[in-house]
Amino acid sequence: MAKTGLKIAIVGGGLAGLAAAMKIAEAGHDVDLISVVPVKRSHSVCAQGGINGAVNTKGEGDSPAKHLDDTVYGGDFLANQPPVKRMTDMAPEIIYLFDRMGVPFSRTKEGLMDFRRFGGTLHHRTAFAGASTGQQLLYALDEQVRKWEVAGKVTKYEGWEMLSLVLDNHQVCRGLIAMNLQDLQLKAFSADAVIMATGGPGLIFGKSTNSMTCTGSATSVCYQQGARYANGEFIQVHPTSIPGEDKLRLMSESARGEGGKVWVPRDPKDARAPRDIPETERWYFLEEKYPAYGNLVPRDIATREIFQVCLEGHGVNGENQVYLDLTHIPADVLTERLGAILEIYEMFVGDDPRYVPMRIFPGVHYSMGGLWVDFEQRTNIPGLFAAGECDYSIHGANRLGANSLVSCVYGGFVAAPSAIDYAKNIERGNTETNGIRDAELNRQQGINDSIVKSEGGENQYKLHEELGKVMTDNVTVVRYNDRLQATDDKLRELQDRFKKISINDSNLWATQAIPHARQLYNMLELARVITLGALNRNESRGAHYKPDFPERDDENFLKTTIAEYSAEAPVLSYEPVDVSLVEPRKRDYSSKKKG
Amino acid sequence: MTTNAHHEKKRLENPPAAFKVKIQRREREGAAAHWETFEIPYRRNLNVISVLMDIRKNPVTVEGKQTTPPVWDMSCLEQVCGICTMVIDSRVRQSCSALIDDLLLASGTDTVTLEPMSKFPNVRDLKVDRSKMFDHLKQVNAWIELDGTYNLGPGPHIPNEVAQERYAFSRCMTCGCCLDACPQYGDGNYIGPQAIAQARLFNMHPTGKITEEDRLNGLMGEDGITNCGNAQNCIEVCPMSIPLTKAIYETNRDITVDALFGWLKK
Repeated sequence: MAKTGLKIAIVGGGLAGLAAAMKIAEAGHDVDLISVVPVKRSHSVCAQGGINGAVNTKGEGDSPAKHLDDTVYGGDFLANQPPVKRMTDMAPEIIYLFDRMGVPFSRTKEGLMDFRRFGGTLHHRTAFAGASTGQQLLYALDEQVRKWEVAGKVTKYEGWEMLSLVLDNHQVCRGLIAMNLQDLQLKAFSADAVIMATGGPGLIFGKSTNSMTCTGSATSVCYQQGARYANGEFIQVHPTSIPGEDKLRLMSESARGEGGKVWVPRDPKDARAPRDIPETERWYFLEEKYPAYGNLVPRDIATREIFQVCLEGHGVNGENQVYLDLTHIPADVLTERLGAILEIYEMFVGDDPRYVPMRIFPGVHYSMGGLWVDFEQRTNIPGLFAAGECDYSIHGANRLGANSLVSCVYGGFVAAPSAIDYAKNIERGNTETNGIRDAELNRQQGINDSIVKSEGGENQYKLHEELGKVMTDNVTVVRYNDRLQATDDKLRELQDRFKKISINDSNLWATQAIPHARQLYNMLELARVITLGALNRNESRGAHYKPDFPERDDENFLKTTIAEYSAEAPVLSYEPVDVSLVEPRKRDYSSKKKG
Repeated sequence: MTTNAHHEKKRLENPPAAFKVKIQRREREGAAAHWETFEIPYRRNLNVISVLMDIRKNPVTVEGKQTTPPVWDMSCLEQVCGICTMVIDSRVRQSCSALIDDLLLASGTDTVTLEPMSKFPNVRDLKVDRSKMFDHLKQVNAWIELDGTYNLGPGPHIPNEVAQERYAFSRCMTCGCCLDACPQYGDGNYIGPQAIAQARLFNMHPTGKITEEDRLNGLMGEDGITNCGNAQNCIEVCPMSIPLTKAIYETNRDITVDALFGWLKK
C-alpha cells in the first residue's frame, strides 16, 4: 500500500533545492530544507544574464530541438542526450511558470517576455530580468516556498551545514547529519529520501566567481560515502570576470549578448586610452576568427582565445586583461538591460563601463561535473538524489550561458517526483536505522572533537590558499600531464599537513574555524577527483584542453568519467555516453554558418 | 567631452603604508562588547572582506596580542546576497562593496571602524540574526498565489514600464539596511520598509492584485505601516536604490482607498 506523509530532506536552498521543495510540498509531502545560509542568499542570486528556453517569440523558427542541438554541440557531445532533450522540451513551460510567479522579466512593446542572445546559439532564446535574472528567479521560488513554510509543509534549517549521510547496512540513504553553525550542535535528520542541491565547488580554486558557500563540501562527503562523482575534470572558466583580492567577480555573458565587443590594441605597446585608439588599430580577435558567432562563441573557446592573446603578450598594458567594450551602445539602453552588472563593475573597479571599456580576464565559474545521476536524478546510492550544479547530467564538457538556471529548475522538477516515487515504495526506518543514525552522529562529533584538539601549527586558511593556487595554475584553462601529476602530489602533501592544523579559535560559539576545516578536508578530496580525472583524459574536449592532445578523441574518450572513492586515490572508470539523438560531429564555430 | 575623468575612479593619491581596522567584538549574544584594532598593510583594491580575511589568517592586534579570528557572514561578495551587511564607519552597508580607498578618502583618517548591525540579535562579533525579516515577509504574504505549478502557459501581458518598476522593488535582498537605519524600527513595533515594498511589488502585478487585500491586512496591525515616521533614512541607505518611500506612500494610499471603498466589494 502506498504510504502518505513522506519526509524528504533537501540539502541546499538555491534554485534546484527550492524547485524540488516547492514540488514536494505541492504534492502534499513534508520537506526539511537544510541550508548553510538563509536560502534567499544562495549562490543562484549571482546568475546574471538569463534563462534559456526556445519560446520562439521572435519569429526565428527556434525550437526545443534546436536548443537540444546547441546544448549538446556546445557541450562537445559529452552529455547524455535524453535528459538534455527532456530539459529543452520543458524549458518553455519553466519560463512560463516563472512568468506566472511574477518575475519581472523584461518585456517587448506588446507586453510579452523579451528574449536576448547568448553564447553558442544564433537565436534569441534567453529570457531575462535586467541583468540579475538568477536573483529574480531565486526570489520567486523563495516566495513560493515561504508560502509552503507558512502552510507547515516545509521546515527550514537555515544556518545548518550537512556533514554526512546516514547510510544503513545495505548502503541505503536514511537521512543525514547536519551541524548548527551557531552552537555547533549536531542533529540527525531522518528522511525517506535525500536530495542534494548544493551547487558547485568553485572554492577549491581559491578565487572564483562562486559565492563563499560553494565549497563542494557536501557533494564531496557523498562521494566519500560511496556516491559516484562524474566528469569532475570539466570545470568551466568564464571568459569575462573582474579580478579582485577576495574573489573574481562575474561579468555576465549578457554584456556580449547585448553587443559587447572584446578587443585589444593591435600594437601591444599602445598605451593610449582605449577611446583614443581608432577602429583600425583595434584587434577584435573573436570576431576575426569566428565570423558567425563573433563575441558569442561558447565560453570554453572565448576563454582560451583571451588566455592565449594575453599569453602572447597582447593583453592591455602587457597585463592579463582584455577590453570588453560596451561604449558604442547608448547609455540609457545599457542601464535598462544591463544595469545590475554594470553597477557591479563600477562599484568594484570604479570606472563606468557605459563610458570606459571594462578590463576583464577569465575566472573559474562552474562545474559541469558533479554527482553521477541517472535520467531520473537518482545517484547510485538508493534514497539519494541530486539536482542542479552539484549533478553532472546536462552540460557535457562545456555549459552554454543561460543554461544553468534552466538546468537547476529542471533538475529540481525531476528529482522531486523521483524522490517521492522512491520514498513511497521503501521500507520505513526501523530500530536498526536508529542505531545507525546514532553511530553516524557519534562519528561526526568525533571528527569535530579531533579538529578542536588538533594543534600542529598549520594554518587552515593558508592551506586553502595553497590549494587554490595550485589548482588555478594547473587545472584550469590549459592542462599538461606533468603539472597535473605534480598537482596531485601537492594535494597529498596538503592532506598530510591538514592533519596538523590548529584552529586558533578558543571560542567555539559560532566559530567559523571548525566548519571551514571540515570544508577544507572535503575540498582536498574533491580536488583530487578533478585533477586525476584531468590527468587521465588524454584528449581535448570542451573546457578540458591539453596542448599535447589537442584533438577530441571520440574513439577513446566519448565517455563519462566516473570517480569512486578509495582511501588511496579516486578509482576512475568510464561509461559510454548516450548519443542516440544527435550524432556527434566536429565542433567548429569558425565557419560562416552554424557548425 | 574630451576627458573621461568623471567616469573614472577617484583613488587615494598618497596611500599610507598601512591602515587600522577597529572591530567591535562580542563573544556571544548578551556578552559585553569590546574593541580590537588591527593594522593592515595597504594594497590597492582592498575591500572590507579582504581585510577581514587577512585578519582571520593571522589574528594579532596592534598591541601584538593573539586573539580569536573575527566572525562575520559573507557569501556572494557581489552585493547581491545581502548577508555581509554591517556598520562601517557609522553607516550600515555591505562589507563586500566597501572599498578601503573610498573609506579612507571619505573619513580622512587612517582607521576603518566595523560594528555589527544594531537592530538585530548579535550572534558573535559582526554576525547578526536577521530571521525576523523573513517573518515580516510572511506577514505580508509576499508571494503570488498560484493554482498550481503545472503548465498553464505564460502569465499576463505586462507593459515594460510596469515590469521595470516592479524590477526595482524585486531587487530587495533583505539585507536590513533600511531597518537598521530606521528610527522607528525595533522592539517589534514596526514592520519596516522592506516588507512594505515587497507587498507593493506583488500588489503591482496583475495576478498579485487579486489578493491585494491579504497583503494590506498584514500592514494594518499595530506594527503596521502607520508607524512610519517619514524620516526617509531608508532610501538613504538602501544599496539597491529601491524607491522605499514611494512604496510606503502608495501602499498607504491603497490602504486608505481600501478602507473607504472596500465595503463596496463585500
